[in-house]
Amino acid sequence: MNTHSAITKKLQALRPDYLDVVNESYMHNVPEGSESHFKVTVVSGEFEGKMLLARHRMVNQCLSEELSGTVHALAIHTMTPDEWFDKSGQSNDSPLCLGGEKS
Amino acid sequence: MSLIQEKLKEVIESNEVILFMKGSPDFPQCGFSGRTAQILEACEVPFASVDVLADSAVRDGIKEYSNWPTVPQLYVRGEFVGGCDIMTEMYESGDLLKVLKPESN
Repeated sequence: MNTHSAITKKLQALRPDYLDVVNESYMHNVPEGSESHFKVTVVSGEFEGKMLLARHRMVNQCLSEELSGTVHALAIHTMTPDEWFDKSGQSNDSPLCLGGEKS
Repeated sequence: MSLIQEKLKEVIESNEVILFMKGSPDFPQCGFSGRTAQILEACEVPFASVDVLADSAVRDGIKEYSNWPTVPQLYVRGEFVGGCDIMTEMYESGDLLKVLKPESN
């Protein structure tokens, strides 16, 4: 299974109403076809009443295997269904690469 | 606690605002790190920074310290605040300034 599929599968544990996993490795200084930089947008009722830090820890925990392996950058956007509605279904863009990572 | 963890604790607790990043605020080596340094500069607070690329023991150690798998990492008065996405959202909502400058609220 590739990393994109593994991330998508593991984040089902958060019972997302909406889930978007984007491989942003192409934006970075890594070989073509790499799976090193990802952005995930997770909309779930499980985040209700939880601070951002706690929400991000939930996502990181689901993906601990990937984060200790090939994935070294993970942009995380977490919203409850109400927050997602307020944001009109948008998450922030990731910053551009500055070239520091070679691996 | 290992020596590196003790050293990290000491440096985190002796700086009111400290950012662990890749590169420096003037020459960030990663877009996420660069954005966090820019946010702190926009908040007009003095902050210390540590380049984790300069020492792999620090790079690995800081992830263990906060149980957080990625860099950058922001600490304010000894407390872990978050990484780039959390800082960006907190900055946009105004919550970051409240954490950085509690006396002005």
